[in-house]
Amino acid sequence: MNYAAQLAMTLPEVVLSLGALALMLVAAWSGPNATRAISWAAVAVLAGACVALVGPATSGGSAFDGMYRADAFAGFAKTLIYVAAAVAILLAPGFFQRTAGDDLRPEYPVLILLSAVGMGIMVSAADLLTLYVGLELQSLAAYVLASFMRRDARSAEAGLKYFVLGALASGILLYGISLVYGFTGSTLFDEIAGAYAAAPLAGSTKSLGLMFGLVFVFAGLAFKISAVPFHMWTPDVYEGAPTPVTAFFATAPKVAAVGLALRVAITAMGPAAEQWRQIVIFAALASILLGAVAAIGQQNIKRLLAYSSINNVGFALIGLAAGTPEGVAAVLAYMAIYIAMTLGSFLVVLQMRDTDGQPIETIASLSGLSRTRPALAFGLAVFMFSLAGIPPLFGFYAKFAVFYAAVQAGLFPLAVFGIAFSVIGAYYYLRVVKTMYFDEPAGEYGPGDRLEGGLIVATAAIVSPLGYLAIPLLTAWTMAAAKALF
Amino acid sequence: MNGAIGLIHYLVVAAILFTMGVLGIFLNRKNIIVILMAIELILLAVNINLVAFSAALNDLVGQVFAMFVLTVAAGEAAIGLAILVIFFRGRGSISVDDPSRMKG
Repeated sequence: MNYAAQLAMTLPEVVLSLGALALMLVAAWSGPNATRAISWAAVAVLAGACVALVGPATSGGSAFDGMYRADAFAGFAKTLIYVAAAVAILLAPGFFQRTAGDDLRPEYPVLILLSAVGMGIMVSAADLLTLYVGLELQSLAAYVLASFMRRDARSAEAGLKYFVLGALASGILLYGISLVYGFTGSTLFDEIAGAYAAAPLAGSTKSLGLMFGLVFVFAGLAFKISAVPFHMWTPDVYEGAPTPVTAFFATAPKVAAVGLALRVAITAMGPAAEQWRQIVIFAALASILLGAVAAIGQQNIKRLLAYSSINNVGFALIGLAAGTPEGVAAVLAYMAIYIAMTLGSFLVVLQMRDTDGQPIETIASLSGLSRTRPALAFGLAVFMFSLAGIPPLFGFYAKFAVFYAAVQAGLFPLAVFGIAFSVIGAYYYLRVVKTMYFDEPAGEYGPGDRLEGGLIVATAAIVSPLGYLAIPLLTAWTMAAAKALF
Repeated sequence: MNGAIGLIHYLVVAAILFTMGVLGIFLNRKNIIVILMAIELILLAVNINLVAFSAALNDLVGQVFAMFVLTVAAGEAAIGLAILVIFFRGRGSISVDDPSRMKG
């Protein structure tokens, strides 16, 4: 295959990298004044990358000696990633303008673009080397974004914690990669799958090495998707990072890491499914339970949403545990709906500010919101009910799909425990609704913002029962994406 | 072959270095620079693994991978030190024991 055809398969990444580098130069020449223009240009670059997904980039071919896969799975994940990244860029100018302290700098949209390049490589990786480079590109940009408010002590602390634990996760993942490489003799996913399928004698050095490699790789990936027991960085980082950055962390990198975990589990280690299924089931149930129980005592809305994201990753992992095309399709649908719910919740958090525009993060400040800002209270109630999985809303379908896949794969105990634990989770989501609707008003928020209000309406419409109209389309798309892995 | 250094010796050294690196992150009670050193130790353990496997398998991919790890480690250290500088500016200390500004 000639070089141009291979480059055409990586067109979304090419567009994003060239766009990011060009905007970096513009930022260097024109300084902070051009921040808004650069933000809009970055959104345009992301839209361009979305358009570039049509054609060879999702044709199902592999490029560069099989190291890069351009299939429907990558196409679906990249669409979600680019949309979430674009929203994170749009949210920033308003937030930094209102908040005292640091101004928005033009590096912000550029870093998000570079992170999007890394995430695109992650979901397209078909080789351990591509996987590592994509993951690090995403992470290095994310560390800087977390500490973006340089004068804010919490932001610097969040960046430092994210860096240390993220680097540790990369180290654990790399150690697993080195063992997998050593005992399979290759870094290509297809050849690794061949070595796992050959199933050496149980108890031999080779089978032990393959098993250690698998465990380390899954531990490293669990860190990146913040699944229990590797979740401890999530609440601190989500609380300390600036709110638009938190909204970004909770959506795009999570989709990329879940996509990466799916591809590694199914494509590279599919023949060892019996072994990794135990790890995934444990991580899923532990994440659902801890995400639900630890969230109960939280006073800070961003910490609450951090535990909510741990809880939701647990549900997504149930679909992976099924290990079937239906299960993978359910995980992808789950992530699509999860992105809408989470972005909507963080958009409401951005509205929580006093009359001077300074952000307020306590749940208590939401008291009586239904009387002071009825529309905003209704919006947050919709997102909370949906995250809890209450039926008329779209969040119910997400949970239904993963549980249905688990039951079809014969994992009845997993589904039963998952549903029982999700009841505990409903408690803290409903507590937020109760605070808004039944407590005495606690003082008013400052005025809203038109762009953010519009985005809240858009995400609420997706999450509302209207979302069910999209199910045939979503099912067809996610099934096509899931089939690409098998 | 008694006395010759084989693959298994390299793997044991790498495993020891890796364990020391992980313990260095969790048991460290002094300052954050030590954590950065522990991270480097982990990455070097991985590199020893990769190069040893590469030689044992007679396959170059492992050595190429090690070069990538070295390059990324340099970038990671640069970003880590930059974040450390703004952290220090904010509170005038890089001690691990310094209480957190966030609850939980």
